[in-house]
Amino acid sequence: MADTSLATPVPVPRISRNGLLFALLGGLALWLPLVQFKANRIVAGEGLSLPGALPGGAGWGFVCLVILLLAAGLLYRLPLGWRLGLALIGLAAVILSLGLAAKGLTPEGNRVVRVAPASGFWMLLLAFGLMGTDALSRLHLSRKARWAVLCISLGLIWLCLASGLLNETSVMVEYRARADLFSRSLWQHLTLAFGSLAMALLIGLPLGIMVFLIPKLRRGVLGVLNVLQTIPSLALFGIMIPVFGWIALNVPGAAQIGVAGIGLFPALMALFFYSLLPVVSNTLVGLRTVDPAVHDAAFGLGLTQRQVLFQVQLPLALPVVLAAVRIVLVQNIGLAVIAGLIGGGGFGSFVFQGLNQTAMDLILLGALPTILLALVAGVALDLMVEAISPKKGNVT
Amino acid sequence: MIRIENLSKTYGDTTVVQPVSLTIEKGHIAALVGTSGSGKTTLLRMINRLVEPSSGKVWIGDEDAATIAPHLLRRRIGYAIQGHGLFPHRTLAQNIAMVPQLLGWKPRDISDRVDELLTLFQLDPARFRDRMPHQLSGGQQQRVGVARALAARPEVLLMDEPFGALDPVIRAKAQDDLRDIQRQLGTTLVIVTHDMEEAVTLGDRIAVMDKGVLLQYGPPTEILTHPATPFVEALIGKAERPFRLLSLSHIGDIAVPGEAEGPALPRDTSARDALAQCLWLGRDRLAVQGGGVVTLEALRTRAKGDGA
Ligand SMILES: Nc1ncnc2c1ncn2[C@@H]1O[C@H](COP(=O)(O)OP(=O)(O)OP(=O)(O)O)[C@@H](O)[C@H]1O
Ligand SMILES: [Mg+2]
Repeated sequence: MADTSLATPVPVPRISRNGLLFALLGGLALWLPLVQFKANRIVAGEGLSLPGALPGGAGWGFVCLVILLLAAGLLYRLPLGWRLGLALIGLAAVILSLGLAAKGLTPEGNRVVRVAPASGFWMLLLAFGLMGTDALSRLHLSRKARWAVLCISLGLIWLCLASGLLNETSVMVEYRARADLFSRSLWQHLTLAFGSLAMALLIGLPLGIMVFLIPKLRRGVLGVLNVLQTIPSLALFGIMIPVFGWIALNVPGAAQIGVAGIGLFPALMALFFYSLLPVVSNTLVGLRTVDPAVHDAAFGLGLTQRQVLFQVQLPLALPVVLAAVRIVLVQNIGLAVIAGLIGGGGFGSFVFQGLNQTAMDLILLGALPTILLALVAGVALDLMVEAISPKKGNVT
Repeated sequence: MIRIENLSKTYGDTTVVQPVSLTIEKGHIAALVGTSGSGKTTLLRMINRLVEPSSGKVWIGDEDAATIAPHLLRRRIGYAIQGHGLFPHRTLAQNIAMVPQLLGWKPRDISDRVDELLTLFQLDPARFRDRMPHQLSGGQQQRVGVARALAARPEVLLMDEPFGALDPVIRAKAQDDLRDIQRQLGTTLVIVTHDMEEAVTLGDRIAVMDKGVLLQYGPPTEILTHPATPFVEALIGKAERPFRLLSLSHIGDIAVPGEAEGPALPRDTSARDALAQCLWLGRDRLAVQGGGVVTLEALRTRAKGDGA
């Protein structure tokens, strides 16, 4: 292909600025320990950087590969598809090196030694992860393609875990010791996040509609919800204990239907209270932003108040309401960790147990799946909001 | 027929429409003109009770509008809102089908009606039926707004500056079409405009409003030749008056026996266009199709408002 550019030739090849950032991150990571080698799960360990962590010369091989990939990412003209490929190879290499390091460092049959991922590993993961998401976002994929990317990513993560590649790493060792508890915690965590969301929608949507229809109520309702929102999360979870404990004791029948001071119930309620404000205020905002001309035309054509609400205002407010659902869901997945503190279960129980025992691996066992859940929920809901939002066009 | 009796509207202590009384005969067009803020929209919206009158009555036929449930009243009265007010989340077909659906028409009838209306407004049903409103130009959106108002063949149609976003050429065409449709269906039509030209072209009667007061209500010729107040006179525009008067007559009506050279003009050519032809061609008489001529003399008489 002939070079037809008429601009003055650039003597030095241009460098991709994002690529430079990823290269700096990744380069720095190579100096940091890839893994932490510990004689048992509690003692402080010894950091091993990539060359030293792998048996034989394999470490240096991975170092070369990483440098090569990061350097290729610097090229300004590299097509986005290639960039994505580089990132994927990088991620695979980093994860593979962790798995191999863990396998290599754990003596056969030893169940006490722990090989934990350390700062170098996380930073490499970050560098290639950013490289990948950067390329993905600039590819401007269609919505379908982005759903596919989400599913494929989940599939790859599952493959990594199921293949046994990472079996010797500390977090997976902790996992195997608690596989049953883990799946129970997963369900509890999902129950907490989705249950509180469902309750918030059930109560918040009608409440939002009500304050929209009756402006007099707005200040009062939003005021109360605002106050609820400003209570620090730890405190709110704490307050639930005496309040619901008292109710369970003194209100007849309350305990029978599950009301209790500790456990899942108070945690669910705390999350529910946090979710109310976003749902109510977004419902109100969504309804209020409906073009008055549309509202007017609807009445003018002879729709009843009810029909205007359900056929015109609510459908038009839906994207804003869904935005609240996204906020609430991602927020609650994170906040549900605190439920672990009041016996509500969920991944928080691992985190707090880990904190008590200063067992970092146990903390990670709770934190990593929480982060993954929040990420997936965020991306999935973004895609849904986009799907139902009206396309902006030449609206007059 | 619409009869308005002492209808007024007061917000707080400002009266935006002073008591108005007027009657619009069945099948007639009343054009409401006036400057911005003169209360045209408010008056119009009191007819279908989107604005509840502070005093007075509206009669639709021989029914008192106040005795009909507002939403049922509105389903009988077509309403094209200032701006178009199309539902952005519905296709054009769904927008137009709204009232027939509320009235429980059969799906077949509704879809036939939608296609009929789209065709009528020069929007090819196959291409436009499933479009979303934002995919149309401003003018197309307005036409769909009018089509939606007409969907259930209402006996009464209220239109608030329906052609504001149209360029002069399409606007003239839209006015012609509206007139044809209105004649065909025998709809009683109230149209708000701030354009005197449009009022003269469309209105069987013109109501002139200023600061909430109805200044004059009468046929275009009367408004043009005998303006009731200086404001009405100013609104007509002195320089435009003879031409507006001419635009009200067809040459078929003022033709006299005789012969003239050149091609004959159709009988429904407006006197205004005939005058333009005379001036342009330097002639003092033009042949009219079907026999007879129109003379410069006759046109001059018309332009002074005589012989109407
Ligand atoms: N809901 C309301 N509350 C108070 N004042 C109002 C209300 N609606 C209209 N008005 C006032 O009534 C007056 C007449 O308004 P209206 O909309 O009828 O004018 P209009 O003749 O249709 O003007 P335009 O040509 O600009 O559409 C205006 O001064 C307006 O500010
Ligand atoms: Mg108006």
